Amino acid sequence: MAITLDVNGKSQNVNSPPDTPLLWVLRDELGLTGTKYGCGVAQCGACTVLADGAPVRSCQLPISAIGSSKITTIESLGGHHPVQEAWVKLDVPQCGYCQSGQIMSAVALLASNPKPDDEAITGAMDGNICRCGAYQRIREAIKDAAAAPAPAAAPAAPAA
Amino acid sequence: MKKPLKDIARGASRREVLVVGATLAGSSLLVGCSLPDMLSAGSKVKPGAFGPFLKFSPDGVVTVISKHIEFGQGNHAGLAAIAAEELDADWTKVKVEQAPANAKLYGNVNMGGTQGTGGSSAINNSWTQLRTAGAGARAMFVSAAAAKWGVPASEITVSNGVIAHASGKQAGFGELVAGAAKVAPPATPTLKSPASFSLIGTDRVRRKDSQAKSEGSARYTQDVRLPDMLIAVVAHPPRFGGTVGSFDAAAAKKVPGVVDVFEIDTGVAVVAQSTHAAIKGREALKVTWDESKAEKRGSAQILAEFKDLASGKTAAPEKNGWKGFDSKGDAASAAAGTNALEIAYDFPYLAHATMEPMNCVAIVGKGPPRLIFGSQTPTLDQLNTAKLTMSLPGAVEIETLFAGGSFGRRATFQSDYVVECVRIAKKVGKGRPVKLVWTREDDMRAGYYRPLVHHTVRVTTDAEGYPATWRQRIVTQSIMKGAPPGAPGGDGVDQTAVEGAMGSPYLKATPVVDAQLLTPDVGVPVLWWRSVGATHTAYVMEHTVEQLAKRAGKDPVEYRRALYQKAGAKRHLAVLDLAAEKAGWTTPAPAGWTRGVAVHESFGSVVAQIAEVKVENGQPKVGRVITAIDCGTAISPNQIAAQMEGGTCYGLSGAMFGEITLTDGQVDQGNFDTYRVLRNSEAPTVETYIVPSTAPPSGVGEPGTPVIGPAVANALFALDGQPRLSQPFVKV
Repeated sequence: MAITLDVNGKSQNVNSPPDTPLLWVLRDELGLTGTKYGCGVAQCGACTVLADGAPVRSCQLPISAIGSSKITTIESLGGHHPVQEAWVKLDVPQCGYCQSGQIMSAVALLASNPKPDDEAITGAMDGNICRCGAYQRIREAIKDAAAAPAPAAAPAAPAA
Repeated sequence: MKKPLKDIARGASRREVLVVGATLAGSSLLVGCSLPDMLSAGSKVKPGAFGPFLKFSPDGVVTVISKHIEFGQGNHAGLAAIAAEELDADWTKVKVEQAPANAKLYGNVNMGGTQGTGGSSAINNSWTQLRTAGAGARAMFVSAAAAKWGVPASEITVSNGVIAHASGKQAGFGELVAGAAKVAPPATPTLKSPASFSLIGTDRVRRKDSQAKSEGSARYTQDVRLPDMLIAVVAHPPRFGGTVGSFDAAAAKKVPGVVDVFEIDTGVAVVAQSTHAAIKGREALKVTWDESKAEKRGSAQILAEFKDLASGKTAAPEKNGWKGFDSKGDAASAAAGTNALEIAYDFPYLAHATMEPMNCVAIVGKGPPRLIFGSQTPTLDQLNTAKLTMSLPGAVEIETLFAGGSFGRRATFQSDYVVECVRIAKKVGKGRPVKLVWTREDDMRAGYYRPLVHHTVRVTTDAEGYPATWRQRIVTQSIMKGAPPGAPGGDGVDQTAVEGAMGSPYLKATPVVDAQLLTPDVGVPVLWWRSVGATHTAYVMEHTVEQLAKRAGKDPVEYRRALYQKAGAKRHLAVLDLAAEKAGWTTPAPAGWTRGVAVHESFGSVVAQIAEVKVENGQPKVGRVITAIDCGTAISPNQIAAQMEGGTCYGLSGAMFGEITLTDGQVDQGNFDTYRVLRNSEAPTVETYIVPSTAPPSGVGEPGTPVIGPAVANALFALDGQPRLSQPFVKV
């Protein structure tokens, strides 16, 4: 039985079994491979997406539990969101594998707290592991994005 | 026809392994033979008009082809900058492309010409090669312009991608590419003098992949999707050395999406149409393991055995016994002197825990075997695949993608997970793509750890408190033992176990030295872990010297300076002085913080760090870390800083929290809930200072890792007077 999901502003009928974690539906069925598998148990944050604007770990979210929540993935940011611009400006990524999750957590943080202090930043980002250790630049990039003028339009138009 | 092919593959692997084995660890062994010819036999890869490293397109884009994988180190930026500097290209129009597998064209100069990335060698081994490639292509464009414009080549200049003549004529690389491609490349192009570098060493040398990696479009193995592709997961034995006894696949095969279940050498494979189906299929699988040959010792027992060997309570085996790696003066006096500092250190097994667990895509059974994944050692992966598929090694095609970290894990002699994927793809056959996916638990429990290590050190001092005799014993598993027969390490001293102690300026400054290594057999697979031997030797040397400085009543920086002067270690002195100056060593630390210093040379570079540390909620908290590095010519200061920041976090993560334990041979940890790693709030702020140098560039990816552990331990020692004799500092 198909389940209908709202992903990046688009209604999607998906055929995976209801117990399938959203992560695998995004990656295997919808081809949205920007969201990564890192641990499968909500420990590393590589699979972070937004559900109604709040960060969630898609590896632990069965599609049967999503209902009408609006899912936002890295692909919907468009590549030039202020957070992404800051990430590129400061050359935050190293291997880059965790960065989609890092960026989604940072986007959610700045949406709820536009001028976070150090404690708010590490508090919001501690769920996202980076084994390359790009943590320092992640902190700097969030401050850089917070200082940037607000985007003309919120992360809106889905990529496809 | 079959027999000769087999002989080529087998003959090549032994010699190849010799070379790669010695060099992945940072040392080098050059073998002059036609090995690259042999290894690339059957390859369809051909260089273009401008050689294997450069391509020019009519729109003016310059493509630098990287023979090295990018898995975080920033080497793609550095490699491109080397060629772009000699070309005088417009940096904004330079792109990087990953080379295919071909040992002859893309061999690592420091690895005897086999293709591979490791030992922090990417920039160093490419330095002359890419400068020559850039300068040669530049000369070809100048010749083409001279011919087209009818002016002497000597009057033509190239700057920022613009080829120009005083008459006003000018063109970009794109406009002249057709003519330049026909010019014979110069035999020995003239290289720039370092004084005229305009790109190298500037902040303009930045990553080329940040945009792709910030928008989710960078392609990793995990992201490969091909028509008709199957996903495979494997049930591995719970203990190393175990094998499949029997299995019942009935329930697994009933899981929707599961296509097949079969036994392979390393376990039972479940292949399915989706990742989730494969994982669920494996959960439903029932396997009985044959553990008659499995390693059943726990890590506590292994450590206890190592301690007994080091103390002499247990005699070393006659075969593969104690081996000296540094010896001078009267060894007996090193054991005898009174008032010695006697200490022992323990280091646990460590997992690499890359963010992207191991994985691979293989296509077998239709045309040449094809692999798509983050290949760290393409030549080894070709050889190991060729053996299974009866191909010429060079005919095995590899498309190397970005990899989500490695830290050494992707370079095994056996190409472990690659071979596992090829076996499954071979069984599936008919050229149907198979993606092998390891879950986090598979990755953490499948072995290849930094070995467990035990050191004992006994130092006596002279009247001024400096070392007079130094006796050291190291007991650990040999990494090189994992190499097939004939590789170094089996008979002699495994350099990967002693590097950093061997060659230490502290041993050079000591009149009597007796240092030996013992490498007992343990059935736990071990491997290089970012900075390899230095992960423990740097700690032992630096924390020992710290304790000696205190006994001598001398300032830790001054004490080291004196030893470096005795040893003639000028580069150590320079980085120490730079770090001390930038940290304000002679002034009090910020209120509430205590400073610790450490210095270590690895992979041709020397790093000094001064860490500001305090204890918060019962565990060390590291604030500012002042880092000074001498890495020869600095290509990309920004990325050198990035590697110091990242290397420091990696080393700190291991020293603070890292520990793989085994109970009765079974790995206790499986995921990040039990294998704790450093998180953002625990990550220090690293300031990087680079010693100016015109020497050839040396390693950057690894040298930042081993210094932070002892720097933190030395700060804690200054704080409470307690030496830290084992890692991790914080038990999970």
